[in-house]
Amino acid sequence: MARLTYAQAIREAHAQLLAEDPRVFLIGQGVRNPWYAGTSLQDLDKEFGRERIIDSPVSENASTGAAIGAAITGMRPIVFHPRMDFMLLAADPIINQAANWSYLFAGQVSVPVVIRAVINRGGEQGAQHSQAMHALFAHVPGLKVVMPSTPHDAKGLLIAAVRDGNPVLYIDDRWLYELDGEVPEALYEVPIGSAAVRRSGKDVTVVATSYMAAEATKAVETLTQRGIDVELIDLRSVKPWDRNLVYSSVGKTGRLVIADAAWMSGGIAAEIAASVVGEIFHALKAPIARVCLPDAPAPTSVVLEQAYYVGAEDIVASVEKVLV
Amino acid sequence: MTVQKTRVVSLPNEQMLSFFRGMLRIRRAEERIGELVQSREVRTPCHLSIGQEAIPVGICAALKPADTVWGGHRSHGHYLAKGGDLNAMMAEVFGKATGCARGRGGSMHLVAPAQGVFGTVPLVAATIPLAVGAGLSAKLQGTGQVAVAFFGDGATDEGHFHESLNLAALYRLPVLFVCENNLYSTHLTLKERRVKDNIVESATLHGMAGVVLDGNDVVAVYQAAQQAVHRAETGEGPTLLECRTYRWRGHVGPAADLEVGEDRRRELDEWRRRDPIEQCRDLLSAGGLSAARLAEVSAEATEEIEAAVRFARQSPDPDESQLLHHVYAARSGC
Repeated sequence: MARLTYAQAIREAHAQLLAEDPRVFLIGQGVRNPWYAGTSLQDLDKEFGRERIIDSPVSENASTGAAIGAAITGMRPIVFHPRMDFMLLAADPIINQAANWSYLFAGQVSVPVVIRAVINRGGEQGAQHSQAMHALFAHVPGLKVVMPSTPHDAKGLLIAAVRDGNPVLYIDDRWLYELDGEVPEALYEVPIGSAAVRRSGKDVTVVATSYMAAEATKAVETLTQRGIDVELIDLRSVKPWDRNLVYSSVGKTGRLVIADAAWMSGGIAAEIAASVVGEIFHALKAPIARVCLPDAPAPTSVVLEQAYYVGAEDIVASVEKVLV
Repeated sequence: MTVQKTRVVSLPNEQMLSFFRGMLRIRRAEERIGELVQSREVRTPCHLSIGQEAIPVGICAALKPADTVWGGHRSHGHYLAKGGDLNAMMAEVFGKATGCARGRGGSMHLVAPAQGVFGTVPLVAATIPLAVGAGLSAKLQGTGQVAVAFFGDGATDEGHFHESLNLAALYRLPVLFVCENNLYSTHLTLKERRVKDNIVESATLHGMAGVVLDGNDVVAVYQAAQQAVHRAETGEGPTLLECRTYRWRGHVGPAADLEVGEDRRRELDEWRRRDPIEQCRDLLSAGGLSAARLAEVSAEATEEIEAAVRFARQSPDPDESQLLHHVYAARSGC
């Protein structure tokens, strides 16, 4: 098994999917350019040709719509949005079209498209280069939303997304690109809708998404040293999310901290908290804590950025709070 | 821009009769739907294309069965002209289980995948990029299919339109952009929405072929479509066809919307004199087709529509147990 970075794992999934299935192609802004994609798409155009690796104009609406039209007519496109913020210009094709068409036409039409969006925050980029809007898309029936946090899952979830047959938003985070880990060489799938237990424990359940799963791993080290036995769940898919796994874990620990590096109001953490309260209220021994971003746009100044973003220390503090 | 009046020429009677029948079916179906809306038997919003029938019929006559069409809220004509089943459309308008979208779509969401009608949806301009994608798909797979985006002049006010023209021209995709310029976007006239009456110039700006034509002349539409299809099939890329026409009825429903525009009553009189169906009928008469034969075709159309209404009325409602089906597609072979 090779050790790859998160970005290399994404690239490997693309290369293997492109080699395996002639229906797969890639379209989006910057697919040939490391400035936009890091190493996650490096030299795919050289390997597979520019007919299938289409570096499009900044036309999010038309390029996403075109991918959807191609999906409806037999292709398996992957659309690339190097900054999720810009993807909002494609809100109509994603929310009104891709998400609706299977239901609207009673299953006679399907939309097997993967829409990849990168969360690319920090570096004093500010409000419109930083947003994590997975909850907005998870709200919409007909869409699936996945957020891998490890190289293994980055590859396996992309393969599952392309093969799923539905519109899947694949959201990756630039802050994870250099993380490395073991990645099988074969084409394999990480099932959409299945979370992973990263560490078993009995005192408290921490459910984390994407980058916060990596931060939670650091938090667990500190908490373990302090004698706290954490069960860490990496959610991996936020729509559908793995209710059974979360319920059974909270059923065991009675305590829940949810870490999601997106705005708190109306977010995925709120959805999980509401579901846990609604379904297994009596298992809870303490109030649920959420570790999320404040309800404000991202600032630029590094001083304000540091105050704005959450990380391992915030998870540690929240875990200690629910254990009191 | 003045409305271009082409000299209406005729084609062999057999072809003209097929146009006549195609247009008349759409006209009668929509007139009947208008009555059903008025009597409140049909409740879903219905946008009628009465007066514009030459465009779908002329365009679709130039297409192969495998070619795809994409439409909007005013798409009964596109669906029927491409071969969509009339009974299934009428049942859909009634919201019945036998409808083409099984009662989930109504008039504004029609579909007939086997006939290449992949979908019509009311979000203005939304299917234009999808048609570009169908063109991209055809090019990548080498199928030789052509994709047709049908849309109104209102859709050219959307960003979708301009981005899509650019992409299709850039990648030389086999796409026909068919603008049915009926001079109104809901209640607003063209003049209230743009400084110049120059939709077709978008083609030049994006580096593709563009043609303005008399959208009430089915032969002109057909011949322009043939040329555009030829360009698409020979790798010369997309074409924008601005078809000048007029919406006889309101934006939605059967009324004439006499309160909109500056002089709608006069416009209506003028455009009714240029009825695409009557013009076609005149050519057929001039070509020697008997009045009796024309009356027979007309009666057949009426009977076909009445049969569709009976089918729709007799069809069952959708079953509530289906409510949550098909939110997601079942995974098929990969």
